[in-house]
Amino acid sequence: MSRMQNAVVESVKTVLGWVPAQWLPGGTPDPLILRRAAIGRQASRLDGPEKVRGQARFAAEVAMDRLCYASLVHSTVTLGRITRLDTANAEAAPGVILVMTHRNMPRIGTLALIGLTDLSAVGNSSLPIMQEPAVRYNGQVVAAVVAETQEEADHAASLIEIDYAVDTAKTRFDDAKDKARTPASILIEKNHVSVGNAERELGRAPHRVDNIYRTPGHNHNAIELHGVTVAWQGGSLVVHDATQMIAPSANALAKLFGLKKEQVRVLSPFVGGGFGGKGLWDHQVVAVAAARLVDRPVRLMLSRDSVYRMIGGRSPTEQRVAIGADADGQFTALVHTGYSIMPPYGACPEQYTLGTRALYRSKSFEIVQRHVDLDVVPNTFMRAPGEAIGTFAVECAIDELAHAIGIDPIELRRRNEPDRHPISDAPFSQRALTQAYADGAKRFGWERRLAEPGARHDGEWRIGMGCASGSFPYARMPGANVRITLRRDGSATVSCSAQEMGMGTATVQVQHAADRLGLPVEAITFEMGDSALPAGPMAGGSSQTVSVAGAIMAATEKLTGELLRLAGNDSPIAGLRAGDVRLVDGGIAGINDPSRRESYRSILARAARDEVTVSAAGSAPLEMLKFAMHSSSAIFCELRVSKVTGEVRVDRLLGSFDCGTILNPKTAASQFKGGMIMGLGLALTEETLFDERSGRIMNATLADYHIPSHLDVPEIDVMWTGIADPRSPLGARGIGEIGITGVAAAVANAVFNATGKRIRDLPVTLDKLL
Amino acid sequence: MNPVSYQRASSIDQAIQMAAGGRGRLLGGGTNLVDLMRKGVERPSSLVDVTTLSDAIEETSEGGLLIGAAARNSAVAAHLQIRSRYPMLARSILAGASAQIRNMATVGGNLMQRTRCLYFQDVAGARCNRRAPGSGCDAAGGFNRYHAIIGASPACIATHPSDMCVALAALDARIQVAGTRGARTIPIVDFHRLPGERPDLETEIEPGELIVAVEIPPPRFARSTYRKVRDRASYAFALVSVAAGLTVRAGRIEEIGIAFGGVAPKPWRAFKAETALRGGPATSQAFEAALADELADATPLPGNAFKIELAQRTLSAVLTELSGSDR
Ligand SMILES: Cc1cc2nc3c(=O)[nH]c(=O)nc-3n(C[C@H](O)[C@H](O)[C@H](O)COP(=O)(O)OP(=O)(O)OC[C@H]3O[C@@H](n4cnc5c(N)ncnc54)[C@H](O)[C@@H]3O)c2cc1C
Repeated sequence: MSRMQNAVVESVKTVLGWVPAQWLPGGTPDPLILRRAAIGRQASRLDGPEKVRGQARFAAEVAMDRLCYASLVHSTVTLGRITRLDTANAEAAPGVILVMTHRNMPRIGTLALIGLTDLSAVGNSSLPIMQEPAVRYNGQVVAAVVAETQEEADHAASLIEIDYAVDTAKTRFDDAKDKARTPASILIEKNHVSVGNAERELGRAPHRVDNIYRTPGHNHNAIELHGVTVAWQGGSLVVHDATQMIAPSANALAKLFGLKKEQVRVLSPFVGGGFGGKGLWDHQVVAVAAARLVDRPVRLMLSRDSVYRMIGGRSPTEQRVAIGADADGQFTALVHTGYSIMPPYGACPEQYTLGTRALYRSKSFEIVQRHVDLDVVPNTFMRAPGEAIGTFAVECAIDELAHAIGIDPIELRRRNEPDRHPISDAPFSQRALTQAYADGAKRFGWERRLAEPGARHDGEWRIGMGCASGSFPYARMPGANVRITLRRDGSATVSCSAQEMGMGTATVQVQHAADRLGLPVEAITFEMGDSALPAGPMAGGSSQTVSVAGAIMAATEKLTGELLRLAGNDSPIAGLRAGDVRLVDGGIAGINDPSRRESYRSILARAARDEVTVSAAGSAPLEMLKFAMHSSSAIFCELRVSKVTGEVRVDRLLGSFDCGTILNPKTAASQFKGGMIMGLGLALTEETLFDERSGRIMNATLADYHIPSHLDVPEIDVMWTGIADPRSPLGARGIGEIGITGVAAAVANAVFNATGKRIRDLPVTLDKLL
Repeated sequence: MNPVSYQRASSIDQAIQMAAGGRGRLLGGGTNLVDLMRKGVERPSSLVDVTTLSDAIEETSEGGLLIGAAARNSAVAAHLQIRSRYPMLARSILAGASAQIRNMATVGGNLMQRTRCLYFQDVAGARCNRRAPGSGCDAAGGFNRYHAIIGASPACIATHPSDMCVALAALDARIQVAGTRGARTIPIVDFHRLPGERPDLETEIEPGELIVAVEIPPPRFARSTYRKVRDRASYAFALVSVAAGLTVRAGRIEEIGIAFGGVAPKPWRAFKAETALRGGPATSQAFEAALADELADATPLPGNAFKIELAQRTLSAVLTELSGSDR
């Protein structure tokens, strides 16, 4: 974002500061916070049986007549130009229908990068896609082969011969730091925050820590590989995709291929894991173009190798965190600065400092991120972008400071717990991190921890405990639309082009709609996964649930008005206005006088209607700008480190969360635990081996890129405060990403407690502990 | 992947014939070969499936065991005789790969599996003397955490990745091979070659020869075990592993066998250390001194220098455990 956008956001925030809270969305708390039946109940995922039976059809499994298969060729150089391209052998290979390169790829524009302004801007890269001989990063797609079978396509792809003229590429992080840019903003926040004189305060502080933390690059490894099955039908386009952004992708593809919005339909009923990686990348565009040229449906499923080469991951970072504290441990300075990669054609700023602004009170702050420009596949959003690794640096620093002062790290955090947003001074909508710590510490047995490092042993193992805070901002996306159809038989269908990546989207919204409409869950159908439905938000930023919920709230208000109108003057509820009634037990009832009620069946029968349908969009998410809204957590870890080998084995992990209303304990626990497991990978094993000499990723396989195996994952305990957020729909905040945050620091802090060794470079591998 | 023809051999002779002169590539469980074919590292035009050959595990007349080359890794690890008489072998196999891979993998294939060096596996993007002789070695200046600290050459620093072979080396196993020129037996310690100038020549086996069985002499250790060191608790190759067997009588080491994995281009039998220790006291000082000598010629790189100390510590811990001198 530009300086001007900064100014706009800032002035909206200032204005909102003066607007009474009651005027805003969430001004009066959502009544369902207190009055809920299905919400908050344990419920199994509705998509579970279908998946267990293998009946759920994923994007690369959709059957089509005359389907053909595509395979990709990736650049093996980093920066340069194709000087010779020989496709003759590939063209002559058995089963080959098309070899597509920059020579014959249809001419198209470039994708607009993901931003928060234009909902068709969902590109992860603004580079031209197979339009020119130029190569901009190692692994960029340079050719595609379409054949009768996948095997024939793969074989033919290996026969394409390419020579390159190679230019000197920027591939070395440390070298590129000199030329790093300082952007005006990070997402919608101002980048550089300077409050007081932090360096001076730091110099004066009786207690201080000041260290550099490094986190490596990470790659996306969803179980389901990225895949599309594409068909042109007449002038229209049907794309079965594995995507977290159905409606925006349809818009973006329409724009790119010169079609009207209605001519593109993206379907994605199931996604086998997204985590930020399942957006719009080159492969969907290549498949659409190829399908046009061969005039047949085309399937393109990426190999695991291709996912590493052309789908960006998490940027590596180098972060400085310095904290100064007075004699009582009150912070006088908090410095968080650093470097991450963001090529000019990329979209993700890896916002590792954003969380830091809200975590602690401090007399002074100095916060700024710098972008390093390298010739790499553009990095992208990956579960808790920013916070996952930002909390590593900050929460290790807190632990280091607590050790230096000689007080318990939880107590140090409590002493610096802010009562308003430390930078903007906005009030917190709700925040009970201190309680989450207290509850978690009790359940975990934190009092058994010995502050002295290296004091607990069991045979060859040193045992340690650590904790850390996690945090993730609340977001509700603008432009979420739903349609509700209520039928005379007392059933309802809620429709929205939302995404199901396995987290329980439909399950939870059915629970929600049931309570909102005063119907049993069995009466509700939630239709989703199709851009032909009312445009939903993307599934990202842990925002989908509240974004869709906000739209359902708005649509229900409209539906209520519509029902009151249909009820007319002969109804027991005649004369009541929308604000006077609630939807309950299959009908409308007065709030003050519940005996005044009429069932939907009766209203619709009298109006001679089989059903009534309304559509609405969620209100503008102004609550985000007026209030400081964050999910937060306290993570506890107990582990062992071998005195002999330095091997780290985690024995216990507990997450105590403060995330507003928990809508479904079962699906929520899965989200928390899944995030925490990913946090273990971040802490201990995950690392993209990017060879700075060649610009190439060397471990592009699950055999060599180590996510946690079953044996690495201990018993994980999760708990939550369950305190509703009075400013959000249902009182809920995001839960999808918070789980990973704080885990790496809790692990590293426990390693310190076990061994006395401070590891500031992730992953914490055994060689660092010998 | 290239087009490839597939045949199934029903006897040793037929397999030899089908593979004669290197025409057909032998296929075990395919867990390594097929992966490498997908990556373009291996490009055979014809495959000869040898999983139909003997997978029997039988006692030999001298009291050892004979394991058919087609025996699945999981079957070997689960075999009662092996679990009770050669625990280090069962443990080494169970420390490797995943249950699914072990169910497919054969003993012959395990012996012949190729290095996991990242540069060896990257046909399109990296130079590798083992894969393309004379092209150079990108591992030396690159990621070499899993690479050799001993026995390597300027041409190649890759390690042999097998866990099973490390135990076989400590047990003095012998590899029975057959070919057009008849049958022969190769001691495991001579079976894998050091890279020298020709890292592409990995074993003593000639083109067209095949592994028929592995012979294990009668157990000679009172106690034996296998310890594998790695960051991930499972499903990861060894940074360092130790197979060791020990017989201690009256505080003196009567019999000892030690082999390392993860440190050398082949399962590294620590002959020097064994000689130094045999007949001497079973104390941790002795263990440490012996190994320091064994690794005196080590040539570590920045990425793997930690393995010297790691190997020492691991061996010392394993021998201490086996000798019971911690109790
Ligand atoms: C993800 C992953 C993780 C792994 N982790 C480990 C680990 O931790 N530890 C470990 O030890 N191993 C590990 N492995 C490797 C595994 O042990 C080997 O892939 C397996 O043992 C090979 O056996 P196979 O029968 O499948 O061989 P194949 O793949 O069929 O063949 C391998 C080679 O052996 C040759 N061959 C097969 N049979 C014969 C024969 N009878 N005579 C002569 N040559 C023959 C083939 O021609 C080929 O060159 C891992 C593998 C994978 C994929």
